[in-house]
Amino acid sequence: MKKINLLLSISAFSTMAFLYLPLMAVAFFSVNDSKYGLEWKGFTLDWYIKLFENELILHAAWNTLILALVSTLVSTFLGTILAIGMDRFPWPRKMNAAFDLTMHLPVIIPDIIFAAAMVVAFGFLRTLSSIFDPGLLNMIIAHITFQTAFVALVVRSRLAGIGKEIEEAARDLYADTTYMLMKVTLPLLTPGIVAGAMLAFTLSLDDFVISFFTAGPDSITLPLYIYAAVRRVVTPQIHALSTLVLMVTIILVICMERITRRVNKK
Amino acid sequence: MNKLIIWYGELITNQKLLKRGLFFLVPGMLWLILFLVLPGLILVLVSFAGRGDYGNLVWEFSVENYTRLMGYGLFGWTLDYVYILLRSVWVALVTTGLSVVLSYPLCFYIAKKPLRTRYLWLTVVIIPFWTNMVIRAYAWFLILAPELPFAKLAAFLKLIPPGAPLYPSALAVYLGMISMFLPFVALPLFSSVERLDWTLVEAAQDLYASNFRIFMHAILPQTLPGLSVGIILTIVPAMGMFVVPDLLGGAKYMLVGNLIQQQFGASRDYAFGAAISMALMILTLFSLYMYKRKSKGIDLI
Repeated sequence: MKKINLLLSISAFSTMAFLYLPLMAVAFFSVNDSKYGLEWKGFTLDWYIKLFENELILHAAWNTLILALVSTLVSTFLGTILAIGMDRFPWPRKMNAAFDLTMHLPVIIPDIIFAAAMVVAFGFLRTLSSIFDPGLLNMIIAHITFQTAFVALVVRSRLAGIGKEIEEAARDLYADTTYMLMKVTLPLLTPGIVAGAMLAFTLSLDDFVISFFTAGPDSITLPLYIYAAVRRVVTPQIHALSTLVLMVTIILVICMERITRRVNKK
Repeated sequence: MNKLIIWYGELITNQKLLKRGLFFLVPGMLWLILFLVLPGLILVLVSFAGRGDYGNLVWEFSVENYTRLMGYGLFGWTLDYVYILLRSVWVALVTTGLSVVLSYPLCFYIAKKPLRTRYLWLTVVIIPFWTNMVIRAYAWFLILAPELPFAKLAAFLKLIPPGAPLYPSALAVYLGMISMFLPFVALPLFSSVERLDWTLVEAAQDLYASNFRIFMHAILPQTLPGLSVGIILTIVPAMGMFVVPDLLGGAKYMLVGNLIQQQFGASRDYAFGAAISMALMILTLFSLYMYKRKSKGIDLI
């Protein structure tokens, strides 16, 4: 048994090393004072400082943030009311199954197919109005679409967890629909909504494929910028940028973990 | 339809209740129908259209895109596209298989930790899961660069010419894919491993079962729910992956994702791109169907 435990630890540690080696390498070379090549030439934070002087990168960071914020706000609203609408009303069984399938679509369809569908759809919309030219608006619409489904799934599972007793009690005490929603359902739902919104935000920050297909020349986001730069030549500045993105992700993930853990405990 | 019912403590007619329900349901559902279901249907239609001289769509319906995908082209019959499709399935299967093999020890290791530190370890696995995939893919450029020990070792063993990087290659694609999808398997699997009933394992040991039999009879059936979710979560996106093969495989190791991207990018052949998307969709639905048949009654999320 001891031997198995030892093997287990070794295997687990090498797997974790395998997962983290690439990330560590990026962080390591982001503070390497060598413009070309990968030889260690000493510690520097120059690449980080230069990052904040680069107009293109700042613009991309701004786009990423706007995209994530706007799409998260809209999709959290849409997803929440969608979840309430689906869970709290006696829909016929067949309709419920249809709703359920629609909501699961973004989860099961490979994102490249969704992106392709978006390209084709926006191609048609473009003939109606030029505001649908590839750009930030298209990206926001596409992001809202898949985020709404994820938010709705998270909020719905929370709704199912609340149960119906408290709302029944509110009704017994003559609460009308608006009052019950504002004073009972939504406050109980808040942890679920926050968790859903965090998930949506992280999904948006993380997304590459859908943005890649719908972006225009002015709406480059950070993942797109990194991708384009990597295809030409990888510079230490890209390592610095990636390391910053990594850190933001880590902070977000830790926050998300804490919130969802609290939700599950309640 | 118009009879009174009690719903969440409220006395109301069914009709009134559903009317109120629509008020909640319509905005989100309408959005999903407009920007998800409808574009999907249009994509199906487009896959039967043709390509004009300037990359525009020509509405002459035919199955030409599909026959082209099967290899009948202007220059006779080649299996290039079929080969790419098969390779995508193969890469997805290998990625999933190796991720499963690596995930089991990882999950057992974390599950055996005391509760206080267990979630810390779990977060360690979750962080790569959420890290941007472009960054995780190109990070392998660094690991596999000629200056680093791995490429030097390969050059020493005369596998590659000295001074050459280990990418683009099939190996680089597999490394990238597995590091990308391993957390997708490990996280759902962990939720099953955490709830494992160890008394069954002890019973098997008492009865002198070999380690292999313990795994097959006492561990595998118990972890099947988490495992099958992990497999589905991996195999579906792995088949459509395009960043990893694009950056780490180059033209040497093209997958169906790259093929689709090419049609919507450089080639501007939307109709053919739509047809390839449909092929990928069929592969996806097929694997979901297998999953449903194998494991009844397990929720995806």
